[in-house]
Amino acid sequence: MALWVEKHRPATLDKLSFHAGLTDHLRKLAGSGDLPHLLVYGPAGAGKRTRIAAVLREIYGPGADKLRVSQRVFETPSRRKLDISFISSNYHIEVNPSDAGIYDRVVIQDLIKEVAQTQQVAAASARRFKVIVIHEADALSRDAQHALRRTMEKYMGNMRVILCSTSTGKIISPVQSRCLLVRVPAPTPDEVVEVLNQVAKKEGISVPPAYAARLAEGSKRNLHRALLMLEAAYVQQYPFAESQPVVLPEWEAYTRDIAASALGAQTPARLMEIRKQLYEVLAHCIPPSTVLKVMALHLVDHVGEALKPEVARQAAFYEHRLQTGQKAIVHLEAFVAKFMSVYKRHAMAAAS
Amino acid sequence: MADFFNQAREAAAAAARADKARGARGEGDEERQRAVPWVEKYRPRNIGDVAAQEEVVQVLRKSLETKNLPHLLFYGPPGTGKTSTILALARDMYGPDAARARVLELNASDERGIGVVREKVKNFARAAVAQGDPGYPSPPYKIVILDEADSMTTDAQAALRRIMEKYSHITRFCLVCNYVSRIIEPLASRCAKFRFKSLPRDQAVARITHVAQAEGVVCRDGAVEALVDYAEGDLRRATMSLQSASRMVQGSALDTDMVAGLVGAIPDPVIQGLRAAWAADARASQDAVDALGHAGYPAARVLAQLHDAVVADQQLGSLQKAKIAMLMARVDKALCDGADESLQLLDLMLQASQIAQAA
Repeated sequence: MALWVEKHRPATLDKLSFHAGLTDHLRKLAGSGDLPHLLVYGPAGAGKRTRIAAVLREIYGPGADKLRVSQRVFETPSRRKLDISFISSNYHIEVNPSDAGIYDRVVIQDLIKEVAQTQQVAAASARRFKVIVIHEADALSRDAQHALRRTMEKYMGNMRVILCSTSTGKIISPVQSRCLLVRVPAPTPDEVVEVLNQVAKKEGISVPPAYAARLAEGSKRNLHRALLMLEAAYVQQYPFAESQPVVLPEWEAYTRDIAASALGAQTPARLMEIRKQLYEVLAHCIPPSTVLKVMALHLVDHVGEALKPEVARQAAFYEHRLQTGQKAIVHLEAFVAKFMSVYKRHAMAAAS
Repeated sequence: MADFFNQAREAAAAAARADKARGARGEGDEERQRAVPWVEKYRPRNIGDVAAQEEVVQVLRKSLETKNLPHLLFYGPPGTGKTSTILALARDMYGPDAARARVLELNASDERGIGVVREKVKNFARAAVAQGDPGYPSPPYKIVILDEADSMTTDAQAALRRIMEKYSHITRFCLVCNYVSRIIEPLASRCAKFRFKSLPRDQAVARITHVAQAEGVVCRDGAVEALVDYAEGDLRRATMSLQSASRMVQGSALDTDMVAGLVGAIPDPVIQGLRAAWAADARASQDAVDALGHAGYPAARVLAQLHDAVVADQQLGSLQKAKIAMLMARVDKALCDGADESLQLLDLMLQASQIAQAA
């Protein structure tokens, strides 16, 4: 049994439900029989992958949906063997470079060379070129991106690259300038509600409008998440009550609690407690920068107007440290301690 | 006699060219033809075609006449025609066929460690010169082009020193790079240095207009200018954008809004909205940052455009602008290090609104 998210994923461009203008552009691109390299970017859950799959389907027909998982062994310059599995159809290959860690350059080079050197033999085949889809392109190392640079130009006859990432910030500009940039913004709350209703209809259930609106709100306009939340709620309790609480991920609620307890008291004892809780969250593999972000946003919302800029500044500062540093807990704890000191000082100044 | 052969060869070459042109128009090849990036298609074919860079062209013309060429070092920002110039020169010198045997081109996608310099470059450099094409000047030396030379290791550069001198009677080197400071001094002093300056706006516009006309892309007023402006003097980037744009518009005319969307620029109202949020409370800033995230605009781009807006802003004093500029520098550094985009932007917005409201 598939999750609703997968089950009701639109397969063709015609079935996409929002961003009509963008869909139109994509159809024009795919219909012309030729495709530039694409760089698809936008926030999570906005439908980037769905759109890429739909474009492939538009170009190659239903054959692009016949996916298989294959494994390949790559050899690094230092003679280490890497087992990478990737998804492919007859017409395209999807890779996720983060599987290869620091050796992503090898994977990119070998894979592209291999695809580029094999031409489509059958004259009847739809297109001359194959497509390589690179997911999480912002995780590509600089070396790998530089390796892409020249090959993207040289082998353009036989292959096209579609990069998919949440932001263009980490893609080097030479690669960006070789791609057509396609921005996929998040759906508006109304659009999320509409999609939720469609899915509910297909599943034969009904969702009260007020609850659907709250789901859209709670998912932060992330459609993927909204659908998961809907399914979770359905499992919990079916005829939906108007007042049924929106199921937030457990870790998020927990992280908010941590922030709330930092607001409650600013003592060394409380800091020790928070440290334990932070360890708990990290042990569940929640990315540290997400933890810090959730805490910071909660704190900014709950302190006085005068203190907000300072809290935001400290959050940005420690998040930056977190990225450049090694050990996450040190920076998370430092942020909490700093917040406590700033908050207490402010409170004392206000009291006196 | 020689003249006769030349004529025959030229006639044959002309026929071949015509054939090629016909073939290109044929149905079967059309798809492949379209796959050629315009950047390659419209590379200048001979030295006279090179846009701008008058001094360089003049010197190289002289060297074509006298058949004498020093080692060359080309440097300048990307997309100003460094590689094109040296390729065009090689073509003019040896003719399109002989150029292949007489020119060795290595760039950053090839391995260029010290091993390659010792093996490949040295072997090429010391090989004797083949018979030249009589229709061209064909001076008795070969050319080694080291593209993106600033990414070569210092060791590899040092290994080049002696090779350059020893085989200078049969081989000339041309180093092409962005930053001359990354080329070690002994190499730089062996070369004649040429600085390629950023293309003047009107020349870049003329060039892009030419390409657009040749490819049949209809441009509204201002679209070409917008392309050039967004590319910041980089002709390659502008050409690439134009090609992408042409596929996007498919028949209809290209206008400035489309160009802005294509190169990932952020519409002005959004930037103005951010600026306006500075005057309001923290909630407004938070909402603005959220909206940016949902729309998927990259933070670095937001920062760049916001910076331009602040510099031009009449309501802010010099001191305020200076403070905001410092703030932006800090945020930019953090973004480059891979910090979270929305937190950094939130920080920027809240601090900036404090500065703006302090008056």
